[in-house]
Amino acid sequence: MIPGNRFLPLMLVAATIVILALLPHLFNSRYALTLLNQLGIGIVFALSYNMLLGQSGLLSFGHAVYFGLGGFTALHALNAITDGDLPLPVPLLPIVGGLMGLAVGIILGWVSTRRSGTIFAMISLGFAELVAASSNIMRGYFGGEEGISGDRMSGPVLFNLSMGPQRDVYYVIAAWMVISALLMYLITQTPLGRMANAVRDNPLRVAFVGYNPQTVRFLMFAISGFFAGIAGSLFAINFEIITAQAVGIEYSANVLMMAYIGGTGYFLGPVLGAIIYTALSIVLSAYTEAWMFYLGVFFIIVVLYAPNGVSGVLAVHEPVLRARLMHRLLPAYGLALVTAATLLAGAVVVIESSYHLSQPGALTATMNLAGIEFDADGWRPWAFGLGALALGALLLRETIHRVGHAWADVRHHLTGDAAT
Amino acid sequence: MNASPAIRLQDVEKSFGSIRIIQGANLEVRDGERHAIIGPNGAGKSTLFNLISGHLAPTSGRIELRDRDITGMAPYKINRLGLSRSFQITTLFHRMSVVENIRCALYYPMGYRYSFWRLCPRLKDVHERADEVLERLELTRRRDVMAGMLSYAEQRALEIGLTVAGGADVILLDEPTAGMSHSETARAVELIRMLSENKTLVMVEHDMSVVFELADRVSVLLYGEVIATGTPNEIKANRRVQEAYLGVEVA
Ligand SMILES: Nc1ncnc2c1ncn2[C@@H]1O[C@H](COP(=O)(O)OP(=O)(O)OP(=O)(O)O)[C@@H](O)[C@H]1O
Ligand SMILES: [Mg+2]
Repeated sequence: MIPGNRFLPLMLVAATIVILALLPHLFNSRYALTLLNQLGIGIVFALSYNMLLGQSGLLSFGHAVYFGLGGFTALHALNAITDGDLPLPVPLLPIVGGLMGLAVGIILGWVSTRRSGTIFAMISLGFAELVAASSNIMRGYFGGEEGISGDRMSGPVLFNLSMGPQRDVYYVIAAWMVISALLMYLITQTPLGRMANAVRDNPLRVAFVGYNPQTVRFLMFAISGFFAGIAGSLFAINFEIITAQAVGIEYSANVLMMAYIGGTGYFLGPVLGAIIYTALSIVLSAYTEAWMFYLGVFFIIVVLYAPNGVSGVLAVHEPVLRARLMHRLLPAYGLALVTAATLLAGAVVVIESSYHLSQPGALTATMNLAGIEFDADGWRPWAFGLGALALGALLLRETIHRVGHAWADVRHHLTGDAAT
Repeated sequence: MNASPAIRLQDVEKSFGSIRIIQGANLEVRDGERHAIIGPNGAGKSTLFNLISGHLAPTSGRIELRDRDITGMAPYKINRLGLSRSFQITTLFHRMSVVENIRCALYYPMGYRYSFWRLCPRLKDVHERADEVLERLELTRRRDVMAGMLSYAEQRALEIGLTVAGGADVILLDEPTAGMSHSETARAVELIRMLSENKTLVMVEHDMSVVFELADRVSVLLYGEVIATGTPNEIKANRRVQEAYLGVEVA
């Protein structure tokens, strides 16, 4: 955020609310609403995760524990509503799930936040395994293989939302997303939020300005559990079913990748990350069996070439845009685009052909990619794929060289401007 | 002034493994004085600071802050009792702006503690106090720069600023002028003199001209033992000190 401008955040929030209210009218297909709902859930989850990773410097491998347990609790509460035991409107279920996330965050956080760094990461992994294992034992709570399911069209009606149509669910998720994001943003602006950054930067000094670094970490951890629980509840409402997968390592890894891809250095980074990651996984999984492979490669590329994530990449361009120097980068970026397209084309053909051949169910070697039919065991796809990869590799060297030069040039201009 | 000492160390020992680094140190820092601790490299000066500030717990002995036993107490608790320290190796919040660094040293002492319901941009008292501190440090110009981007001398000034901002009345500075040029040192001395007014100051210092300029009293640490305490002139005249330490540097 630009410091000093008090109205910009307010305007951003207002614009967001208007856009969120309009979205289901612009995209009202079932597919679009499904996508939007999952984006909302992912955003809350990723933001809650970044309270740890980006803001407090805590790398957790078990954040799905708070998400999943929040979700299970919300579904049990939903069933209590259906049975008439709990007079709570369904849209308010996230409060229940959030409190569960908070409670578990308090208990597990009390142990794990005594340490930071690698030890904290290991403890978080241990707890994740522990909870995943107990899902096999506590079958009543986790519902075994089938998980727990419920019916969200029950209980008292709030704001005329029957909760039947996807669109009702969308509004509930959007509202919770805005409230949660706003609260999480405001927490970054409080003494606790600032001291969390301080603990991230230098826990040694924090202890000499009156704060117990463990307490700072603990409070951030517990609050982060609360918001993860809200995300899990939204998941439960959206799908009306939850299985032990929701507390598992895979979901913990997903949220880590979301936050990292978006960038942990800016508050809105994980929002971007959740959008990119969720959209990519939904779109890719509709087209290819190998979608996780592509996501993995994408994640590695971000880690290697954009360690501050997409938001970090955007942020370094801000001064360039402001100084109207973008045109000096564009030719090199154009080449980068060609390179990326070449590498991608080669990679897709090679990966898809290998995948096709490795499927035990594949009756013939004939496959179809982007409307072109070919034999996966012939020489043609391999010659094309490997050829494109080789050409891409050559282009990559040139691209790195040119982008480096263009940036050196821009930096030169930027510092030159600053000096005058 | 209070008659009881600001800091008192009684037979303090500290071992790392089998090596005894502090071997029965005894020291009294009077209330309101500027007290320098000198001694050769590796004598245990920083370790002594780590013990007093709670960063390390002594193996045996007793440490008091204004007659209160603080032996083995957690650093943040000692800090809340009014003792603050700086580090020999600059220890800042590198990814925060200069002014935010100072504010971080103010939230707790100004009563905001672990609050997650008050918004920092609205804490006028913290802002005013932080700007005042920056003014005194002559860092106002650099207020919105990332701490990690400051020059070395500026970082050292901010280090002192973080230490004194919270209003602690016992200040420990570990080699505040190390690595500075002549003119930078002169400015740092003036800064320390101003900031330690009406407070108790203990500083580790290698530069003898700084010691003799600032200190009311000096203690000499050698092999983890305080071998002498006195006014700068008494220390200069002390035979044992001359032999053991000053002889090397002054002769
Ligand atoms: N945490 C530690 N573990 C093991 N040994 C330590 C530890 N801290 C200090 N020492 C050792 O204790 C001795 C005294 O170190 P200390 O840093 O207190 O010396 P100093 O008087 O401050 O020296 P200098 O003038 O170089 O700063 C050194 O030999 C050092 O290696
Ligand atoms: Mg030292």
